Amino acid sequence: MTLRLPRRTLLQGTAAATLLAAAGRPALADSPLKVGFVYVGPVGDFGWTYRHDVGRRAVEDHFGDRVETTFVESVSEGPDAERVIRQLAASGHELIFTTSFGFGSSTLRVARQFADVKFEHATGYQRADNVATYAGRFHEGRAVVGTLAGMLTQSNRIGYIASFPIPEVIRGINATAIHARKVNPEAQVVPIWVNTWYDPGREAEAAAALISQGVDVMTQHTDSPAPVQAAAERGVPAVGQASDMRRFAPEHQITALIDTWGPYYIRRVQAVLDGTWTSTDTWEGFADGMVQLAEYGPMVTPEMAAAADAVRTSIVDGTYDPFQGPIMAQDGSVMFEDGHVPSDDEIRGMNRYVEGVVGSIPG
Amino acid sequence: MLTTAILVTVMTAATPLLFAALGELVAEKSGVLNLGVEGMMLMGAVGAFAVAVTTGSSTLGILAGAGAGALMAMGFGLLTLTFLANQVATGLALTIFGIGLSALIGSPFVGTPLPRLPRLNVEGLSDLPILGPLLFGHDALVYLGLVMVPTIAWFLTRTRAGLILRAVGENQDSAHAIGYDVVAVRYAAVAFGGAMAGIGGAYLSLAYTPMWIEQMVAGRGWIALALVVFAAWRPWRLLVGAYLFGGVSILQLHAQGGALFNVPAQVLAMLPYLATIVVLTLISSRSGRFGLAAPGSLGKPFHPAG
Repeated sequence: MTLRLPRRTLLQGTAAATLLAAAGRPALADSPLKVGFVYVGPVGDFGWTYRHDVGRRAVEDHFGDRVETTFVESVSEGPDAERVIRQLAASGHELIFTTSFGFGSSTLRVARQFADVKFEHATGYQRADNVATYAGRFHEGRAVVGTLAGMLTQSNRIGYIASFPIPEVIRGINATAIHARKVNPEAQVVPIWVNTWYDPGREAEAAAALISQGVDVMTQHTDSPAPVQAAAERGVPAVGQASDMRRFAPEHQITALIDTWGPYYIRRVQAVLDGTWTSTDTWEGFADGMVQLAEYGPMVTPEMAAAADAVRTSIVDGTYDPFQGPIMAQDGSVMFEDGHVPSDDEIRGMNRYVEGVVGSIPG
Repeated sequence: MLTTAILVTVMTAATPLLFAALGELVAEKSGVLNLGVEGMMLMGAVGAFAVAVTTGSSTLGILAGAGAGALMAMGFGLLTLTFLANQVATGLALTIFGIGLSALIGSPFVGTPLPRLPRLNVEGLSDLPILGPLLFGHDALVYLGLVMVPTIAWFLTRTRAGLILRAVGENQDSAHAIGYDVVAVRYAAVAFGGAMAGIGGAYLSLAYTPMWIEQMVAGRGWIALALVVFAAWRPWRLLVGAYLFGGVSILQLHAQGGALFNVPAQVLAMLPYLATIVVLTLISSRSGRFGLAAPGSLGKPFHPAG
């Protein structure tokens, strides 16, 4: 059972449901568990939000009548998010996934008022007794992408359509640059910041701008397939984001990062049903299947595929970390010493560019 | 080479704004303020895409986009012109309604690719340096948008129908007293505005980024509304404004990657809105030329008996 609610309907109070929620899980064991999802974009974005919704549907398929999911889409980050999250908590949802970095403080504020409700904040870093965080190690995927991009580029300029200057995006830019330069020391990554997660027209404009500046391989950190399509139209190979975007560039998609949330969501819902849910910090990559890659496109030669696969395999078996030293910062100073394998916290705290990235981080 | 590429993208970026803003200009000249441009553009985008995919004809798609926009506008007309609902509130509702309805209609089409609207390629001419791609390398809608500017300017200033439309917008009571059917004129103007917004949306889903995804208009309807004010309700100034707005948004991207100037990208992003605020201030504070710009009966409800 799915409830698709526009934001405004949801904002009307449901006091009765609040009373039910206060009763807690055991008293309600026979009724379905209500699970809420808060999305930053529309489910039809064919990217980030779409993949979370695929995960939500996997929960429905897996649990059937034992769960009831609700999603609220296109919620802007800020006060609006807090109202939506509070309303979900007040209307009997016992587990709420908030799926954008910018929902963090709103999630924590609501969580303080609803101790019996469990919250899960995607790509976040602040936890509480009833707030868990989870994210994909997308930089692992970008290490493979960087390897392919470094080998494919002739102009030695790799485009990167960046959304907002948050750690996740800077990490992605860095992972791409590091691995492109391992196979092609001349390669540079050129980011353009569009200051949105989702504006197909603007994303396509950014792709066109990058190409006119000599970029010949396109990567993106925004949510629509527009950059892949715009690049393909100009004969430039591109990497899809969040979901397989091959349909928009049959001949030109190099590969795509595919976020796979379903198994994690099923695990967490099961934990609530079993009463074993605790606040955890999950950061999974290739090894656990949370980050996957689409099939390579026709421009990837067997040699390139072999080099890319080697990077992937070494990450999966733990013999290699995408950010292991030596890593030089953009200004030439040492970011990580030779042989140093950074901890998760060090990787999360990465807030400057590495060598080989053009330009500066805005604001 | 880079300059040509920038100019070509500016022309395409300005096209959806130009269509939507020209349509809104005509509606406002008749005295109706329709804030539902974003919603009408979305309906135009989804209508055009759905028809282009199912029939394989982009011409039919464009017509469907215009039709979908006009249909939305007629709904707005029914509420505000016949039932005299508040125009501002109804316009906002129209946008919210358009967001939801277009998502509903479009859901089967998410992820469907569509070949781009063909570009006009004149043998020999399109390969000319600089001018070739600039003048001859676009699709039909870019040219249609450019043609609409003088056409609408001519219609409003040189034709009897245009004069009547402006009379209705300037002073509805006088126009009524002379014997013009104020409501009928406004219905026509609003429908035209909707059709133009629909074509603006169709440009996005058929040519700019040939795909349908929810809320793909991403605020361009609001920029179009600001443009009408910025242009002080004059079609030629609107053309300048659309290219300025489109140009700034493109230059902002180039300023980052290629470091065209040392202006922070955020400052460039603010410029069009800053200009709009300045124009708005001039209009509201002075009784001179600027003060006369806004149609006298803009946003006022009209009832023949009153």
